[in-house]
Amino acid sequence: MAPLIVNEIISPDTNLLIAFLIGIGFGFVLEGSGFSSSRKLAGMFYGYDTTVLKVFFTAAITAMVGMLFFSLFGWMDLDFVYINPTYVTSAIVGGVVMGVGFIMGGFCPGTAFCAISIGKLDALAFIGGLTLGIVFFTEGYPLFEEMYKANFIGTPTMNELLDIPRGVFALGLILMAFAMFWVGEWAEKKFPREEY
Amino acid sequence: MSEVKKTKYFNPYIGGVLLGLVLLAANFVSGRGLGASGAIKSAVVSTVNTVAPSHAENSVFYKNYNESHENPMKSWLVFQMMGVLVGGFLSGAFAKRLKFKVEHSPKITSKRRIIFAILGGMFFGFGSQLGRGCTSGSALSGMAVLSVGGFLTMACIFGTAFALAYFFRKNWI
Repeated sequence: MAPLIVNEIISPDTNLLIAFLIGIGFGFVLEGSGFSSSRKLAGMFYGYDTTVLKVFFTAAITAMVGMLFFSLFGWMDLDFVYINPTYVTSAIVGGVVMGVGFIMGGFCPGTAFCAISIGKLDALAFIGGLTLGIVFFTEGYPLFEEMYKANFIGTPTMNELLDIPRGVFALGLILMAFAMFWVGEWAEKKFPREEY
Repeated sequence: MSEVKKTKYFNPYIGGVLLGLVLLAANFVSGRGLGASGAIKSAVVSTVNTVAPSHAENSVFYKNYNESHENPMKSWLVFQMMGVLVGGFLSGAFAKRLKFKVEHSPKITSKRRIIFAILGGMFFGFGSQLGRGCTSGSALSGMAVLSVGGFLTMACIFGTAFALAYFFRKNWI
């Protein structure tokens, strides 16, 4: 039955309307969780606020487990869900460059939009920077094309890579997330601070 | 007691479950995850198409993009991003957090904060294109579908930020 768009249960235009509604939910939850504050986001890297870790991993495991059960119940065909392709080189280099941007700028693109929606001007500056960075990539694309396409290994999933059942990997990830939450709670007690 | 009482943030685990349900809905309905940087790319390509059409025709990136996308602004991520602005605004309005301000550590000036925000944005924007998505599109959505690339990008983003945190501590704490 699902994904609805792939099985033509909804039209492409309805899909765009749904995208808008999903965006409202996305923005609402990000803002409500405190992701509109750069100091709260950056707190993750100093241990004084591990909200990012908790929200991010809880979200990932919730969606992962949801899809696992939907597939088990026959409600959703995971073969038609988009799996991000893996280009090893660009995934690593791109991730490192984004990490530099994160600690300098205090936002990521999604949280910057969320922050500008409540009036944070540093987020506006960050979005200006994002646009410049993207133009730098699109204009200089011939220079980066080789790195961009290097070491393509298809669309493997973690459980395929480790050669274990999907559910077993999911369980392992959940246990790992719980361990990290425990460390996060400990760090927040050790490095207390005010609420931003 | 202050006159305007701000609402506190959600419990992070409840916020996380809600975010997970939004991501699950995106996959259930549209067969894809969430994203952010892709929407800015759409705006960039669309601007170049309008302002410098001959440049867009002759430059590899825009040519490839326009061949595979009919109208860059009629994209799932652009509509989703407009929703994010509305959703963030609504949450901020309910919690009484709507206010124009530059948020920064008391140890630095607003000017320094803005300069670092622009620089950080440039790195993040460039990296998101190289890495085929940002924290939302590549790391979070990729992890939910167990993509190896998603896990790799997530580890590199957070690993690098942790590794460099010491050098930028004055900006935040």
